[in-house]
Amino acid sequence: MSARRPEPVQQIKQRRDGVLNALLTGIPYIQFLDIRFDRRGDELTAILPFDEKVIGNTMLPAIHGGVTAAFLEVTAIVGLSWATLWDQMETGELNPDALTPDTLPKMPKTIDFTVDYLRAGLPRDAYARARVNRSGRRYASVHVEGWQDNRDRLFAQATGHFLMPSSNG
Amino acid sequence: MADDKVTLVRQFIEGMPHSRALDLRVEYLKDGVSEISMPYDPKLVGDPATGVIHGGAVSALMDTSGGAAVMSHPTDSLGTATLDLRIDYMRPATPGQRITARAECYHVTRSIAFVRAVATDEDRDRPVATATGAFTLERPKKSEDQA
Repeated sequence: MSARRPEPVQQIKQRRDGVLNALLTGIPYIQFLDIRFDRRGDELTAILPFDEKVIGNTMLPAIHGGVTAAFLEVTAIVGLSWATLWDQMETGELNPDALTPDTLPKMPKTIDFTVDYLRAGLPRDAYARARVNRSGRRYASVHVEGWQDNRDRLFAQATGHFLMPSSNG
Repeated sequence: MADDKVTLVRQFIEGMPHSRALDLRVEYLKDGVSEISMPYDPKLVGDPATGVIHGGAVSALMDTSGGAAVMSHPTDSLGTATLDLRIDYMRPATPGQRITARAECYHVTRSIAFVRAVATDEDRDRPVATATGAFTLERPKKSEDQA
């Protein structure tokens, strides 16, 4: 008996990018901040392009602390949702072509979110990655790191707890 | 706090590019207490199925009202930056309604301001979210006082 042939790489990429794209374009607030995600296999890096509208203090200028919080929260929610959907996506059970705003998987809900501001957000692009520290049936705990020019010099980090969407809708 | 300082802080807060992007309005500002509101806007929606505003926008509103509370505190802070901010989400804000955050700078040390805040929609009795934060406090330098 021969093993199943692996799926063509292009097909896998199309499906993964399709699911990610469907998750992101469905959420107006992500479009408002213009947050994008760079995908390498299952690893996501969120990108917040620098723009006039993310500035708080105009004299410095610096990224608004509220934007930093929002950017890290979006990264946490998308990262958690992505990790939860991964298996369904890989089996092909979740088909990006069938995802419409009405059939999109529900996102986890934030219970609490704590942001630790380490240095001022400079007027340039910011990046963030989420790590799901625990993901249960009902609750999840996620940590996020945000940086700008240097990966090792975080400008902010955050931890949040999330309520998972119930599987029966 | 003198009225002209209130006006300055109000202009600073409402003039921040991100405040303008969210269309924030300073409703109240005095002696370490601030009230800032954000109108409902479809572009801030986090859940298209329900039309509920994204938590991130509520966080930005909370952070702004916290900073405003610190700047309006009688210590006459020159400026402030958020050190940490924790937000607890109690319930989704009702779609279509304005969200108002009231922040209170309840304690200051030489260099730190402690703040708590509550966000509500038009139902003022049921909080949408609460927050606690620590902010830096930049006091006027002694030498500048004498100058």
